Amino acid sequence: MEPITIYKGRAAALDRKNVDTDQIIPKQFLKRIERSGFGEFLFYNWRFDEDGKERPDFELNQPHNQNTSILIAGENFGCGSSREHAPWSLKDYGFDIVIAPSFADIFKSNCMKNGMVPIALTQDEVKYLMERVSAPDYELTIDLPNQTLIDGQGFEVSFEIHPYWKEMLVKGWDEISITLQYDEEISAYEQQKKVVSST
Amino acid sequence: MGKSIIEKIWDRHIVNEEENKPDLLYIDLQYIHEVTSPQAFEGLRLKGRKVRRPDRTFATMDHNVPTVNRYFIEDDIARKQLEALDQNCKEFGIRLADLDSPEQGIVHVIGPELGLTQPGMTIVCGDSHTSTHGAFGSIAFGIGTSEVEHVLATQTLWQTKPKTLKLEVNGKLGQGVMAKDVILYVISKFGVDFGTGHIIEYCGEVFRDMSMEERMTVCNMSIEGGARAGLVAPDETTFSYIKGRKYVPKGVEFEQYVQEWKSLASDEDAVYDQEIILDGSLISPMVSWGTNPGMASGVDGNVPTFAEDIIDSKELNRALEYMGLEEGMPITNIPVQHVFIGSCTNSRIEDLRQAAEMIDGQTVQKGVRAMVVPGSQSVKRQAEDEGLDEIFKSAGFEWRESGCSMCLSMNPDAVPSGEHCASTSNRNFEGRQGAGARTHLVSPAMAAAAAIYGKFVDIRNLKKTEQVH
Repeated sequence: MEPITIYKGRAAALDRKNVDTDQIIPKQFLKRIERSGFGEFLFYNWRFDEDGKERPDFELNQPHNQNTSILIAGENFGCGSSREHAPWSLKDYGFDIVIAPSFADIFKSNCMKNGMVPIALTQDEVKYLMERVSAPDYELTIDLPNQTLIDGQGFEVSFEIHPYWKEMLVKGWDEISITLQYDEEISAYEQQKKVVSST
Repeated sequence: MGKSIIEKIWDRHIVNEEENKPDLLYIDLQYIHEVTSPQAFEGLRLKGRKVRRPDRTFATMDHNVPTVNRYFIEDDIARKQLEALDQNCKEFGIRLADLDSPEQGIVHVIGPELGLTQPGMTIVCGDSHTSTHGAFGSIAFGIGTSEVEHVLATQTLWQTKPKTLKLEVNGKLGQGVMAKDVILYVISKFGVDFGTGHIIEYCGEVFRDMSMEERMTVCNMSIEGGARAGLVAPDETTFSYIKGRKYVPKGVEFEQYVQEWKSLASDEDAVYDQEIILDGSLISPMVSWGTNPGMASGVDGNVPTFAEDIIDSKELNRALEYMGLEEGMPITNIPVQHVFIGSCTNSRIEDLRQAAEMIDGQTVQKGVRAMVVPGSQSVKRQAEDEGLDEIFKSAGFEWRESGCSMCLSMNPDAVPSGEHCASTSNRNFEGRQGAGARTHLVSPAMAAAAAIYGKFVDIRNLKKTEQVH
């Protein structure tokens, strides 16, 4: 996993609430057995019409949203299915950071396992950013160690992230290799198993 | 201060606890299916890692499997995914209920059937509807593929302790009102994210009176309210359901477990982060009209209007446009061209019995395509033993093989664009049952009635209602 510390990028606004993972990556693209190559299917049914042609009115197809790497969306982003294909497709398309007033639990966790930062801001802060991101020179800077987001034009907010996840993301660690260091504790737990039968 | 069942189970599974870290939680059981596991096994192979506890892992094939001619999988990529699961299970020594197995079925149907799911456990699967298993008094939640790999390698997960939410529904449900209606009512009232960050404990007379099948329907849809998990404390209903099942301990050992499982019940002075109390007698049979499970109304109600201001006008506009509905129209004026009875929400034997009772010698309306997809091979055999398949077939329903089928249409079963489907599944998201498909979530009895009438009807006004529920 690539470490993330200070991140700069332009943002795209998707002003919709409750964007579910069926929209982020529709089910017909979940059959691949690799982790890569999902970006071209991101928001497929919103981006393309039935003949496979781009829908010009969809937010990400608009010219000012090209070459963006931060996605700003409405509340409860990533609800529904647990498919990790959702962050895989966002990342493969080019989004490393997602900003929203709130995230669905499983999606949020899936993002952090893939070196992506989900940033929850207030409704007002999200609205403020959405109103400004279409300007060509508007850039956001995320300082993950210090948990701040600035726009270089006087807007600065801090955001919450669990210290464990922050460290994982900043250092780009592989979580399984860390957990394997707890092998003794896991074995001890298994030995004195407190509840439930064997399977 | 007392503890809730959620805290009791959580605390018993903590392997490591330290400051500034989530808890390292032991996972008793992991279910695996073909769609969310191939990349996890590949990850293990790339690092030369083993599966720590193959004996605490169980796999099946469900999402991609055809429900007719099930051995002929036209889609090359889908077939490769099934083959990959077969090879991965062989390589890592994991039990697999494949297409040849009499135990095959939807993962959330077969786990409880086999007695793998038991009270007090922590259970995960790369599938958000893992919350189903909470019906047995376990903490069961969906995870992503990276977490699937993490559990395969370590049998643990780093998890921050969730908040607790007590959802109490008191009173008696009216005739024709079922578990599906209760959970759709709750989500329509509180929204699709009221449970985010929480585990729900379902309490009160309504859930106590429910069978295990009904509790599974409720817990299944916890995730549609944003909660990763929801559970019901185990009781005599639970114990009598699991007793004698394949993987459940027998005899004296079983009785010892029952004593331990009883001790899981929440203490009377347990404190929850949130509490909700509702009156079950106020619930009508529900129908979803929009593009998420919170957009639902009683069958005796209407599609909302912009003036009512219940839903953000932009969201309402998008939903009505996609669904092809007018604001304010009565739910009973919505036409139905497809009916799907199946999915991990409502494909168990009791669900099929309720749908069959509703049919009672009537036939599917002309122009309606209706199908029943049993949740497992075991449910299918039992339904056939009871003659339910004949009731469905002679009414004009298609009788299929088990799998996820039209709940998410990864296999060939789909609804054409612009057509309406009365579905017993769990999600009415855009495109879920096919590009442009218009899904309406309902109970099995409501779905069967919609098949007969070609539109939604209030089953409480039908003579047969007295026999249902």
